[in-house]
Amino acid sequence: MSHAIDTKQPASTLQGARLPNWAPYVIAAGSIAVGCGIGLAGGLDSRIQWGLIASILFLLVTYLLAAKIEGGRQAKDRMATSVVWVAFLLAVIPLVSLIWETVARGMKVLDSYFLTTSMGVLADTDVGGGIYHALIGTLEQVGLATLMAVPVGLLTAIYLVEYGRGKLAKAVTFFVDVMTGIPSIVAGLFILSFWILILDMGYSGFAGAMALAILMMPVVVRSTEEMLKLVPNELREASLALGVPKWRTILKVVLPTSIGGITTGVMLSVARIAGETAPVLLLVWGNPLINTNPFEGPQASLPLYIYQQYANSAGSPAAYDRAWAAALTLIILIMVLNLVARGIARWKAPKTGR
Amino acid sequence: MAKRIDVGGLTAYYGSHKAIEDISMTVEPRSVTAFIGPSGCGKSTFLRTLNRMHEVTPGGRVEGKVMLDGEDLYASAVDPVNVRRTIGMVFQRPNPFPTMSIFDNVAAGLRLNGNYKKAELAEVVEKSLRGANLWNEVKDRLNKPGSGLSGGQQQRLCIARAIAVEPQVLLMDEPCSALDPISTLAIEDLIGELKERFTIVIVTHNMQQAARVSDRTAFFNLSAVGQPGKLIEIDDTERIFSNPSVQATEDYISGRFG
Amino acid sequence: MDISPSTTAPPPPPQDLKASSPVSHKAASRGATRPGDRIFLGLSRGSGILLLLIMAAIAAFLTYRASIVLSENEGNFLTTFEWDANSIPPVFGIAVLAFGTVISSIIAMLIAVPIAVGIALFITHYAPRKLSGPIAYVIDLLAAVPSIVYGLWGALFLVPHLTGFYSWLNDYFGWTGILEWQGGAPRSLLTVGILLAIMILPIITNVSREVFKQAPQMHQEAALALGATRWEVIRMSVLPFGRSGIISASMLGLGRALGETMAVATVLSPSFLINTSILDPGGGTFAQNIASKFSEATVQGRDALIASGLVLFVITLVVNGAARAIIARRKEYSGANA
Repeated sequence: MSHAIDTKQPASTLQGARLPNWAPYVIAAGSIAVGCGIGLAGGLDSRIQWGLIASILFLLVTYLLAAKIEGGRQAKDRMATSVVWVAFLLAVIPLVSLIWETVARGMKVLDSYFLTTSMGVLADTDVGGGIYHALIGTLEQVGLATLMAVPVGLLTAIYLVEYGRGKLAKAVTFFVDVMTGIPSIVAGLFILSFWILILDMGYSGFAGAMALAILMMPVVVRSTEEMLKLVPNELREASLALGVPKWRTILKVVLPTSIGGITTGVMLSVARIAGETAPVLLLVWGNPLINTNPFEGPQASLPLYIYQQYANSAGSPAAYDRAWAAALTLIILIMVLNLVARGIARWKAPKTGR
Repeated sequence: MAKRIDVGGLTAYYGSHKAIEDISMTVEPRSVTAFIGPSGCGKSTFLRTLNRMHEVTPGGRVEGKVMLDGEDLYASAVDPVNVRRTIGMVFQRPNPFPTMSIFDNVAAGLRLNGNYKKAELAEVVEKSLRGANLWNEVKDRLNKPGSGLSGGQQQRLCIARAIAVEPQVLLMDEPCSALDPISTLAIEDLIGELKERFTIVIVTHNMQQAARVSDRTAFFNLSAVGQPGKLIEIDDTERIFSNPSVQATEDYISGRFG
Repeated sequence: MDISPSTTAPPPPPQDLKASSPVSHKAASRGATRPGDRIFLGLSRGSGILLLLIMAAIAAFLTYRASIVLSENEGNFLTTFEWDANSIPPVFGIAVLAFGTVISSIIAMLIAVPIAVGIALFITHYAPRKLSGPIAYVIDLLAAVPSIVYGLWGALFLVPHLTGFYSWLNDYFGWTGILEWQGGAPRSLLTVGILLAIMILPIITNVSREVFKQAPQMHQEAALALGATRWEVIRMSVLPFGRSGIISASMLGLGRALGETMAVATVLSPSFLINTSILDPGGGTFAQNIASKFSEATVQGRDALIASGLVLFVITLVVNGAARAIIARRKEYSGANA
């Protein structure tokens, strides 16, 4: 502060009194210190308050100092910068906390025993048990959903990009967008109403897979569409000009060119539905035993397992440990899918022209 | 009002790529200095170093000095915001703010710099629009959006916006390249009037234009693609176009390359 | 062809491609007399139609099941404050659910939209260039975490840590009535709103980020050249350009918040009454109510849940449709002025 005032009075219009470069860091450190101090002295037991006090202090001090030394416009600019930084940090905190808690609490029981054992006849409050049955359920349900959703999604995207004209294409485009926003529980209720309540079929992995497929289709359509649009028209024309029929042009030229991007899109959508709980809760029901047949009888699934361990255990620590470990497994599964998908995207990127 | 610019040993980079190297020149006040040269020779880059716009480009970096009446623009105590307020700029493509009316566009710079009364604002806006030879065409529709004007009118609106804040220097980056011949003529006439009040630097790829509007002309060139651009020579426009001292300049002007 | 996709140029905006790509295909598809072409076109068009049929079927089946139970409902579906759908005759109404859904979503939006816009600006205009990529990646990670994990974290970590915050709110703002707290577990609409805010943050951030990225460089340079500070550049040329984008991004986020099920079901302790304070128990949400009541529901009870799901379906349809309409209109607008 004194530094800025000590510099000789600006002789020209070009110079302006400015806070030194280190000022934001010093103010930030000071605010955090004071925030913690107030928190300790005032006996505020929630860290959230400490953080809020520190953030507000930081913003206020920055604004007042800048307004006094640099003038109103610069103060507003600094204020905006600080607000944007604080917004970013506010968003990072829950993410870090979530990952940290899941890893720290999930590691407790996550071992090979946990991965290869089902719950069997264990009571929810007992120690032991695992997620083998849930893993099988998740893999089968997600696999079936992918088998249903990917062909439909791919073909729809091809229709929209390669053939799509007129009202039908417009309607499909619009409803694909709208379908992206359908709450997963509504997709579950739909399958419930016609598959279980009207056709009188029982709970099964397949019923859940149908709901998951509905959630997956629009995502596949969207991402595939984007990828197909990136294929240069010259390629299509070159092939058509050689007398290759259109359908073979699409299969042999367009799809191979964009296959990397399409795979990425499909994997990201798989990652998305692998964590869906609500439709599985309504349609697969849950099952502590191993059921490898997705077409017959209730199954378990990883997200559903987490929910049931949490909700049905009346606060038993053993069940919470299992819930955290299952959550960690699920996150790892999804992150691996994400990373592989991004890897493919990067690896195949030059061919798609991006 | 107008100030002199002295550039000493100026080198500019995009990341690790050196765009222009070791340029020194003097730009006289109340005159028009034109920059000519083949594409990619760094004349626009050099122009943008004169009001510290170059550093806005990601990776943009400058070494050397730019003195405005003896004061270094790149000194550490200098606020680039003040530099840009003092040295105005007109861009290649007309860029009025699309969400603002004609009036608000011209007043935009003033509104940043403190509280003007409505009457004061109106006065400055009218003066600036008259200065840009646009007043008669737009005085009845000041509240209409600026994007509704023709290209040439939009460019004159941008000039009005730039001169409204009373800068010392006006930089123009190929201001006519997106315009038709009639609009170009209007802008060239305007440049002739504006040099009474401002130091003007104009980048142009049109040599006839340089010959018509400028008092002094600087020729930039690069030895090969990927090499940094350099200042070949700067002299009175008449001399550059009749009897340049460097062979490369003559080759360029007579159309033998570039 | 007026497009020239090259290996280095960024892909042209989709609407350009759409407008220009079919020229060659149209001629080809008109002459699609080869069996291969006809089958392929039939398959792909059939898939598109299948998607439309699924949407229609969702609406039809939900409406059908809902109509069965609604004709027997002894309560008023819109105004009744209870959910006794298993008894004969059933008595149930969605008033409390509508209240809880709307309030928790409003809280989530109030928290998430400003922060998301801040982060989007941070990524596009403030962060050091090397940082902006990784940060965008972190935001994507936030989006990839399944909602049940958010729920678990919310219930077992966030809720215990909110007790102090709740009592502080009660001490200083309890007089407003809205932030009054009787001292129960902090599993109220406010907690749900906070959790939802964290969950919808990524989608709002990502959509706004895309819009801010497209803000024309030339208008930002115009502002800079007038001597605007960074914030003034954003206010003059980025925010006006991105306003409709922020609105549609927020509505997409709202659509998510309205339909979120598991995170709410794990965190909220629902109660079938309406409370003026968002810190005390009161209200549930459509989706949470379905998940919580489902396992004990009879067939009739399920139909009642389906009826409430139909309302949720219509609400999200309207919100998402509106968001898409705004995005579409913005495309036309910016296309006309480009």
